[in-house]
Amino acid sequence: MSWSEFWSMGGYAFYVWGSYLTALVVLGGEVVLLMKRQKSLRKHNSTESAARGEPRVDSIPQPQTRSVN
Amino acid sequence: MRLYKYASPAAFYPLAGKLIPWFAIAAAILFAVGLYVGFFVAPTDFQQGDAYRIMFIHVPAAWMGMLLYVLMAFYAGIGWAFNARLSSMMASSIAITGALFTLISLVTGAFWGKPTWGTWWVWDARMTSTLILLFLYAGFISLQSAIDDYRRADRAGAVLALVGVINVPIIYFSVQWWNTLHQGATIRILGKPSIAPPMLAAMLILLAACWLYSVAVVLIRLRCIILEREQTASWLAEGAA
Repeated sequence: MSWSEFWSMGGYAFYVWGSYLTALVVLGGEVVLLMKRQKSLRKHNSTESAARGEPRVDSIPQPQTRSVN
Repeated sequence: MRLYKYASPAAFYPLAGKLIPWFAIAAAILFAVGLYVGFFVAPTDFQQGDAYRIMFIHVPAAWMGMLLYVLMAFYAGIGWAFNARLSSMMASSIAITGALFTLISLVTGAFWGKPTWGTWWVWDARMTSTLILLFLYAGFISLQSAIDDYRRADRAGAVLALVGVINVPIIYFSVQWWNTLHQGATIRILGKPSIAPPMLAAMLILLAACWLYSVAVVLIRLRCIILEREQTASWLAEGAA
Protein backbone atom coordinates (compact mmCIF):
# COMPACT_ATOMS: atom_id res chain seq x y z
CA MET A 1 0.00 0.00 0.00
CA SER A 2 1.42 3.39 -1.01
CA TRP A 3 1.19 6.56 1.08
CA SER A 4 -1.20 8.26 -1.34
CA GLU A 5 -3.44 5.21 -1.14
CA PHE A 6 -3.20 5.39 2.64
CA TRP A 7 -4.16 9.07 2.78
CA SER A 8 -7.08 8.59 0.38
CA MET A 9 -8.65 5.96 2.71
CA GLY A 10 -10.40 4.28 -0.20
CA GLY A 11 -12.26 7.50 -1.01
CA TYR A 12 -13.36 8.15 2.58
CA ALA A 13 -10.47 10.51 3.37
CA PHE A 14 -12.70 13.45 4.33
CA TYR A 15 -14.75 11.40 6.81
CA VAL A 16 -11.92 9.37 8.33
CA TRP A 17 -9.44 12.23 8.67
CA GLY A 18 -12.21 14.62 9.64
CA SER A 19 -13.02 12.35 12.57
CA TYR A 20 -9.45 11.97 13.75
CA LEU A 21 -8.72 15.66 13.28
CA THR A 22 -11.78 16.52 15.40
CA ALA A 23 -10.56 14.22 18.17
CA LEU A 24 -7.06 15.70 17.96
CA VAL A 25 -8.30 19.29 18.08
CA VAL A 26 -10.68 18.64 21.00
CA LEU A 27 -8.26 16.62 23.16
CA GLY A 28 -5.23 18.71 22.16
CA GLY A 29 -7.20 21.86 22.95
CA GLU A 30 -8.12 20.46 26.34
CA VAL A 31 -4.47 19.80 27.18
CA VAL A 32 -3.30 23.22 25.96
CA LEU A 33 -5.98 25.12 27.91
CA LEU A 34 -5.29 23.04 31.01
CA MET A 35 -1.56 23.78 30.80
CA LYS A 36 -2.36 27.49 30.54
CA ARG A 37 -4.68 27.30 33.54
CA GLN A 38 -2.05 25.49 35.58
CA LYS A 39 0.66 27.94 34.58
CA SER A 40 -1.36 31.04 35.43
CA LEU A 41 -2.40 29.51 38.76
CA ARG A 42 1.20 28.74 39.68
CA LYS A 43 2.24 32.26 38.76
CA HIS A 44 -0.65 33.78 40.67
CA ASN A 45 0.09 31.65 43.68
CA SER A 46 3.81 32.28 43.76
CA THR A 47 3.41 36.04 43.36
CA GLU A 48 0.78 36.08 46.10
CA SER A 49 2.83 34.07 48.53
CA ALA A 50 5.98 35.98 47.57
CA ALA A 51 4.14 39.17 48.44
CA ARG A 52 3.45 37.68 51.86
CA GLY A 53 7.05 36.59 52.09
CA GLU A 54 6.19 32.91 51.84
CA PRO A 55 7.90 30.18 49.83
CA ARG A 56 6.67 29.16 46.37
CA VAL A 57 3.96 26.52 46.14
CA ASP A 58 5.79 24.31 43.68
CA SER A 59 9.08 24.34 45.52
CA ILE A 60 10.23 21.47 47.69
CA PRO A 61 9.54 22.19 51.34
CA GLN A 62 12.69 23.23 53.13
CA PRO A 63 13.33 22.02 56.67
CA GLN A 64 12.80 24.88 59.01
CA THR A 65 15.92 25.48 61.03
CA ARG A 66 15.86 27.94 63.84
CA SER A 67 18.95 29.26 65.46
CA VAL A 68 18.96 28.63 69.16
CA ASN A 69 20.77 31.68 70.34
CA MET B 1 -0.93 3.27 55.47
CA ARG B 2 -4.29 4.89 55.81
CA LEU B 3 -5.94 5.50 52.48
CA TYR B 4 -8.29 8.03 54.07
CA LYS B 5 -5.30 10.27 54.35
CA TYR B 6 -5.59 10.97 50.61
CA ALA B 7 -9.18 12.15 50.97
CA SER B 8 -7.73 15.46 52.08
CA PRO B 9 -6.73 17.86 49.29
CA ALA B 10 -3.48 18.66 51.10
CA ALA B 11 -2.36 15.02 51.01
CA PHE B 12 -3.78 14.28 47.59
CA TYR B 13 -2.21 17.24 45.78
CA PRO B 14 1.42 16.04 45.82
CA LEU B 15 0.38 12.41 45.23
CA ALA B 16 -1.54 13.41 42.08
CA GLY B 17 1.46 15.41 40.94
CA LYS B 18 3.63 12.30 41.10
CA LEU B 19 1.09 10.10 39.27
CA ILE B 20 0.25 12.41 36.35
CA PRO B 21 3.45 11.92 34.25
CA TRP B 22 3.09 8.13 34.35
CA PHE B 23 -0.50 8.20 33.15
CA ALA B 24 0.36 10.75 30.46
CA ILE B 25 3.31 8.73 29.12
CA ALA B 26 1.32 5.48 29.14
CA ALA B 27 -1.55 7.21 27.32
CA ALA B 28 0.78 8.58 24.63
CA ILE B 29 2.31 5.14 24.03
CA LEU B 30 -1.06 3.42 23.82
CA PHE B 31 -2.47 6.09 21.48
CA ALA B 32 0.50 5.48 19.15
CA VAL B 33 0.18 1.68 19.31
CA GLY B 34 -3.61 1.74 18.93
CA LEU B 35 -3.51 4.03 15.90
CA TYR B 36 -0.77 1.91 14.34
CA VAL B 37 -2.83 -1.27 14.75
CA GLY B 38 -5.98 0.51 13.60
CA PHE B 39 -4.50 1.95 10.41
CA PHE B 40 -1.74 -0.48 9.42
CA VAL B 41 -2.66 -3.88 10.86
CA ALA B 42 -6.46 -3.98 10.75
CA PRO B 43 -7.69 -4.93 7.25
CA THR B 44 -10.14 -2.92 5.13
CA ASP B 45 -13.74 -3.87 5.89
CA PHE B 46 -15.43 -5.71 3.02
CA GLN B 47 -18.72 -3.83 3.54
CA GLN B 48 -17.72 -0.33 4.63
CA GLY B 49 -14.27 -0.01 3.08
CA ASP B 50 -11.95 2.22 5.09
CA ALA B 51 -14.77 4.35 6.51
CA TYR B 52 -15.13 1.84 9.34
CA ARG B 53 -11.77 3.02 10.75
CA ILE B 54 -13.71 5.89 12.33
CA MET B 55 -14.89 3.22 14.77
CA PHE B 56 -11.49 3.17 16.51
CA ILE B 57 -12.04 6.66 17.87
CA HIS B 58 -15.85 6.78 17.82
CA VAL B 59 -16.51 3.76 20.04
CA PRO B 60 -13.88 4.52 22.74
CA ALA B 61 -15.07 8.16 22.85
CA ALA B 62 -18.70 7.08 23.24
CA TRP B 63 -17.80 4.65 26.03
CA MET B 64 -15.72 7.27 27.81
CA GLY B 65 -18.59 9.73 27.61
CA MET B 66 -20.90 7.28 29.38
CA LEU B 67 -18.38 5.87 31.86
CA LEU B 68 -17.09 9.27 32.89
CA TYR B 69 -20.67 10.40 33.49
CA VAL B 70 -21.28 7.50 35.89
CA LEU B 71 -17.95 8.21 37.59
CA MET B 72 -18.78 11.92 37.86
CA ALA B 73 -22.18 11.17 39.39
CA PHE B 74 -20.54 8.70 41.80
CA TYR B 75 -17.99 11.24 43.05
CA ALA B 76 -20.59 14.00 43.19
CA GLY B 77 -22.85 11.69 45.24
CA ILE B 78 -20.05 10.72 47.63
CA GLY B 79 -19.08 14.36 48.03
CA TRP B 80 -22.68 15.25 48.81
CA ALA B 81 -23.47 12.34 51.14
CA PHE B 82 -20.25 12.42 53.16
CA ASN B 83 -19.45 16.09 52.79
CA ALA B 84 -16.11 15.14 51.20
CA ARG B 85 -14.92 18.18 49.31
CA LEU B 86 -12.14 16.43 47.38
CA SER B 87 -14.72 14.03 45.97
CA SER B 88 -16.89 16.91 44.77
CA MET B 89 -13.85 18.56 43.19
CA MET B 90 -13.16 15.29 41.39
CA ALA B 91 -16.69 15.34 39.96
CA SER B 92 -16.20 18.90 38.67
CA SER B 93 -12.90 17.87 37.13
CA ILE B 94 -14.35 14.81 35.37
CA ALA B 95 -17.30 16.76 33.90
CA ILE B 96 -15.30 18.65 31.27
CA THR B 97 -13.36 15.64 30.01
CA GLY B 98 -16.58 13.59 29.87
CA ALA B 99 -18.35 16.32 27.92
CA LEU B 100 -15.47 16.51 25.44
CA PHE B 101 -15.49 12.75 24.82
CA THR B 102 -19.26 12.88 24.29
CA LEU B 103 -18.76 15.72 21.81
CA ILE B 104 -16.12 13.65 19.97
CA SER B 105 -18.44 10.66 19.82
CA LEU B 106 -21.24 12.79 18.32
CA VAL B 107 -19.03 14.50 15.73
CA THR B 108 -17.21 11.31 14.68
CA GLY B 109 -20.60 9.59 14.57
CA ALA B 110 -21.80 12.21 12.09
CA PHE B 111 -18.63 11.72 10.03
CA TRP B 112 -19.34 8.00 10.00
CA GLY B 113 -23.06 8.33 9.37
CA LYS B 114 -22.71 10.46 6.25
CA PRO B 115 -20.87 7.87 4.07
CA THR B 116 -22.60 4.78 5.52
CA TRP B 117 -26.19 5.96 6.14
CA GLY B 118 -26.23 8.94 3.80
CA THR B 119 -27.00 11.43 6.58
CA TRP B 120 -25.02 13.38 9.18
CA TRP B 121 -27.72 13.12 11.80
CA VAL B 122 -31.04 11.43 12.52
CA TRP B 123 -33.17 11.77 15.63
CA ASP B 124 -32.73 8.13 16.46
CA ALA B 125 -32.83 6.78 20.02
CA ARG B 126 -29.11 6.32 20.55
CA MET B 127 -28.05 9.60 19.02
CA THR B 128 -30.75 11.60 20.76
CA SER B 129 -29.93 10.07 24.14
CA THR B 130 -26.22 10.77 23.56
CA LEU B 131 -27.06 14.39 22.75
CA ILE B 132 -29.00 14.52 26.03
CA LEU B 133 -25.87 13.21 27.76
CA LEU B 134 -23.92 16.16 26.34
CA PHE B 135 -26.65 18.52 27.62
CA LEU B 136 -26.48 16.91 31.07
CA TYR B 137 -22.73 17.54 31.18
CA ALA B 138 -23.27 21.11 29.98
CA GLY B 139 -26.00 21.58 32.60
CA PHE B 140 -23.74 20.27 35.36
CA ILE B 141 -20.85 22.52 34.34
CA SER B 142 -22.94 25.67 33.92
CA LEU B 143 -24.95 25.05 37.09
CA GLN B 144 -21.74 24.74 39.09
CA SER B 145 -20.19 27.84 37.57
CA ALA B 146 -23.37 29.83 38.23
CA ILE B 147 -23.18 29.32 42.01
CA ASP B 148 -20.49 31.23 43.85
CA ASP B 149 -20.39 29.17 47.03
CA TYR B 150 -18.36 26.05 46.19
CA ARG B 151 -20.13 23.68 48.55
CA ARG B 152 -23.57 24.79 47.43
CA ALA B 153 -22.46 24.43 43.82
CA ASP B 154 -21.28 20.89 44.64
CA ARG B 155 -24.61 19.93 46.16
CA ALA B 156 -26.67 21.35 43.31
CA GLY B 157 -24.42 19.64 40.78
CA ALA B 158 -24.70 16.34 42.64
CA VAL B 159 -28.50 16.37 42.41
CA LEU B 160 -28.38 17.04 38.68
CA ALA B 161 -25.66 14.44 38.08
CA LEU B 162 -27.46 11.72 40.05
CA VAL B 163 -30.82 12.33 38.40
CA GLY B 164 -29.12 12.27 34.99
CA VAL B 165 -27.56 8.84 35.59
CA ILE B 166 -30.84 7.31 34.39
CA ASN B 167 -29.84 8.42 30.88
CA VAL B 168 -26.76 6.17 30.75
CA PRO B 169 -28.58 2.79 30.65
CA ILE B 170 -31.01 4.38 28.20
CA ILE B 171 -28.09 5.13 25.85
CA TYR B 172 -26.62 1.68 26.35
CA PHE B 173 -29.80 -0.28 25.72
CA SER B 174 -31.31 2.12 23.17
CA VAL B 175 -30.18 -0.06 20.27
CA GLN B 176 -32.11 -2.99 21.73
CA TRP B 177 -35.19 -1.18 23.04
CA TRP B 178 -35.95 0.81 19.94
CA ASN B 179 -35.70 0.07 16.29
CA THR B 180 -32.87 2.39 15.36
CA LEU B 181 -30.56 3.20 12.50
CA HIS B 182 -27.56 2.86 14.79
CA GLN B 183 -25.96 -0.56 14.72
CA GLY B 184 -26.07 -2.83 17.75
CA ALA B 185 -23.24 -3.37 20.20
CA THR B 186 -20.07 -4.71 18.60
CA ILE B 187 -18.69 -5.87 21.90
CA ARG B 188 -21.02 -7.75 24.21
CA ILE B 189 -20.29 -8.48 27.82
CA LEU B 190 -21.38 -12.07 27.24
CA GLY B 191 -20.59 -13.81 23.99
CA LYS B 192 -18.14 -13.29 21.19
CA PRO B 193 -17.47 -9.89 19.66
CA SER B 194 -18.58 -9.62 16.06
CA ILE B 195 -15.42 -8.13 14.56
CA ALA B 196 -11.98 -9.34 13.42
CA PRO B 197 -9.27 -9.60 16.15
CA PRO B 198 -7.01 -6.75 14.90
CA MET B 199 -10.03 -4.42 14.71
CA LEU B 200 -11.04 -5.38 18.22
CA ALA B 201 -7.43 -4.97 19.43
CA ALA B 202 -7.15 -1.45 17.96
CA MET B 203 -10.41 -0.42 19.60
CA LEU B 204 -9.50 -1.82 23.02
CA ILE B 205 -5.99 -0.33 22.95
CA LEU B 206 -7.43 3.07 22.08
CA LEU B 207 -10.03 2.66 24.82
CA ALA B 208 -7.21 2.04 27.32
CA ALA B 209 -5.38 5.07 25.91
CA CYS B 210 -8.49 7.22 26.40
CA TRP B 211 -8.79 5.98 30.00
CA LEU B 212 -5.18 6.81 30.81
CA TYR B 213 -5.52 10.17 29.08
CA SER B 214 -8.65 10.90 31.12
CA VAL B 215 -6.93 10.02 34.40
CA ALA B 216 -3.99 12.29 33.59
CA VAL B 217 -6.13 15.22 32.45
CA VAL B 218 -8.64 14.88 35.29
CA LEU B 219 -5.84 14.83 37.87
CA ILE B 220 -4.19 17.92 36.35
CA ARG B 221 -7.53 19.75 36.43
CA LEU B 222 -8.21 18.51 39.95
CA ARG B 223 -4.93 20.04 41.09
CA CYS B 224 -5.96 23.32 39.46
CA ILE B 225 -9.34 23.19 41.21
CA ILE B 226 -7.64 22.47 44.55
CA LEU B 227 -5.36 25.49 44.06
CA GLU B 228 -8.30 27.70 43.11
CA ARG B 229 -10.53 26.66 45.99
CA GLU B 230 -8.01 26.40 48.76
CA GLN B 231 -6.01 29.50 48.06
CA THR B 232 -6.31 30.69 51.61
CA ALA B 233 -5.43 27.31 53.14
CA SER B 234 -2.24 27.25 55.13
CA TRP B 235 -0.93 23.98 53.68
CA LEU B 236 -0.50 25.65 50.30
CA ALA B 237 1.68 28.36 51.74
CA GLU B 238 3.75 25.74 53.50
CA GLY B 239 4.98 24.53 50.13
CA ALA B 240 3.50 21.30 48.83
CA ALA B 241 5.45 19.68 46.01
